[in-house]
Amino acid sequence: MTFYEELKAKGYTRRQFLKFCGIMGAMMGLRQTGVAQIVEALDTKERVHVIWEHFQECTCCSESFIRASHPLVGKILLELLSLDYDDLLMAAAGRVAEETKEASIKKHYGKYILCVEGSIPTGSYGYCTLGGRSAREIFDEEARGAAAIIAWGNCACSGCVQGAHPNPTKARPVHKLISGKPVINVQGCPPIADVMAGVITYYITFGRIPELDGMGRPKMFYARRIHDTCYRRAFFDAGLFVQSFDDENAKKGYCLYYMGCKGPNTYNSCGIIKWNDSVSYPIQSGHPCIGCAEPGYFDQEPFYEHLPSVPGIGIEATADKIGAAATVATLAGVSVHAVVTNIQKRKLIENNTEFPVKEDEVDGI
Amino acid sequence: MKIRRRNLREVYVWQLPVRFFHWINAAAIVVLCITGYIIGDPPAIQSNAEAIHSYWFGYVRLTHLAVGMIFVVNLLFRLYWAFAGNRFARWNNFVPLTRAQWRSIFKTLRVDILLLTDKPVYDIGHNSLAATTYLGLFILSIIQATTGFMMMFVTTNNIMEPVTTWGLQHLGGFFIVRQIHHILMWAFILFMIIHVYLVFYHDYIERNGIASSMIGGWKFIRADVMDDYEKKIKRNRPDDSDPCDEPHE
Repeated sequence: MTFYEELKAKGYTRRQFLKFCGIMGAMMGLRQTGVAQIVEALDTKERVHVIWEHFQECTCCSESFIRASHPLVGKILLELLSLDYDDLLMAAAGRVAEETKEASIKKHYGKYILCVEGSIPTGSYGYCTLGGRSAREIFDEEARGAAAIIAWGNCACSGCVQGAHPNPTKARPVHKLISGKPVINVQGCPPIADVMAGVITYYITFGRIPELDGMGRPKMFYARRIHDTCYRRAFFDAGLFVQSFDDENAKKGYCLYYMGCKGPNTYNSCGIIKWNDSVSYPIQSGHPCIGCAEPGYFDQEPFYEHLPSVPGIGIEATADKIGAAATVATLAGVSVHAVVTNIQKRKLIENNTEFPVKEDEVDGI
Repeated sequence: MKIRRRNLREVYVWQLPVRFFHWINAAAIVVLCITGYIIGDPPAIQSNAEAIHSYWFGYVRLTHLAVGMIFVVNLLFRLYWAFAGNRFARWNNFVPLTRAQWRSIFKTLRVDILLLTDKPVYDIGHNSLAATTYLGLFILSIIQATTGFMMMFVTTNNIMEPVTTWGLQHLGGFFIVRQIHHILMWAFILFMIIHVYLVFYHDYIERNGIASSMIGGWKFIRADVMDDYEKKIKRNRPDDSDPCDEPHE
């Protein structure tokens, strides 16, 4: 069954279908002919079969996904896919669910998309086991037959919380565990719902994965930093910063850079697409960006400062504090050196001794 | 009145391009450290003016980026001069490849850093230890410039953008690049303190005019030291002609 047939059977009108295609086209930044391509693809192509796995994660990606902003998108999105297996959303359970999955993998071998939510532990398999099998085993098996793998969220893309120092479960992101398969990293914690929808729609429409950047993220959504699209950017350039969360400047909506905003460090489209029906995004709500779409953002604590604490020396210390301490130590060192020089080299300073040059004693090239 | 006994010869050591490089580099590093620190931790300069009337943070960044460019071009020029300059400016001063250089490094450590003996190390140009630290500084500068470009060119149309963004993303993103850039700033600050102190130290101990030599280019070298050095050059590299060997009368 094609996507459109599925929708028709569910009682959607042609008009609603076209509206959805239009929204998706606009999301991906296609021109009008591109929208027609989406319509045609969804009209004629068979739905893409999807196996959706949950490993070490909090399901916030799924939560985000089923709350795609536009109500129409929200409703339609799950119809877009033939979600053959998703242990979170499916009605079946236990052996029935597993059998469905196996059947689907066998039937659509080499054609289905594997969606992975969560990181995969490479330490003890006991950290994440489903149906008696380790996450690694399940992943390896399913990845083998997948046409492409979509890594949802920071866990699957770069390890997120579980992968943060000291990483007790040895959590690894998807792209570190597989090679030879296209992996789309849809970054964020969670990713923006519309971005997730856009990635899937793109794949269905064009039959290939979108263009990716150096970190495997789709360029159409992750080509610019939040800083570049932030509506508070003018305050940044003007040097008007919020100094504390309860001050007058916060009320005025000044730039949150001083409060540790990671917007200048983070590639995402929060500033454009925004969240929850495009209502707002963290910075608009007065909170600095924590950089959740960048690898290793959890190791960049504290969130409200720009420089992370340096781990391993016991005390809370940022590079600046260490640098200042090193500067003081150096100043003290040269002062001591100056004093000792005056004692040790007094003969030289007083000109009391001759230091004749021996044959061939001068250095240098 | 105290008068020194020894005969001194004036030796032209630092050519004009070397001196220009030095002071441009010094000024650039100071400006870059100050503006860089402000960018990393902006002071609370607030006013009631609308954002549209104010751009001070933008100007700080502009200064940092523009001076950064000067810093890089200056560095590239010095790289050229390491092959075109006189014997004291040449690249092999800075790369410790010979046993003699290593011996000199350890000697300098004993004499000038650990202060174990009165007798000075005789050098005309850089001493080997200093020259090696300048190589380190040069490498740091390249890292600093590279990480700076990585952050500067993102989401611009600059011709280097694809390369720098590729580098940025393959290094692990902004966080790590930004940290490297920031931490290395402190390395430059520590270098400046030690460098300036040691210039004072050498000027005080050896009285060869090392501090003013970076302004005028001339050093006062003991005649016997210079004789020994000239003998050594003539023996080791008889065909070597160097602008420094030309007599300056």
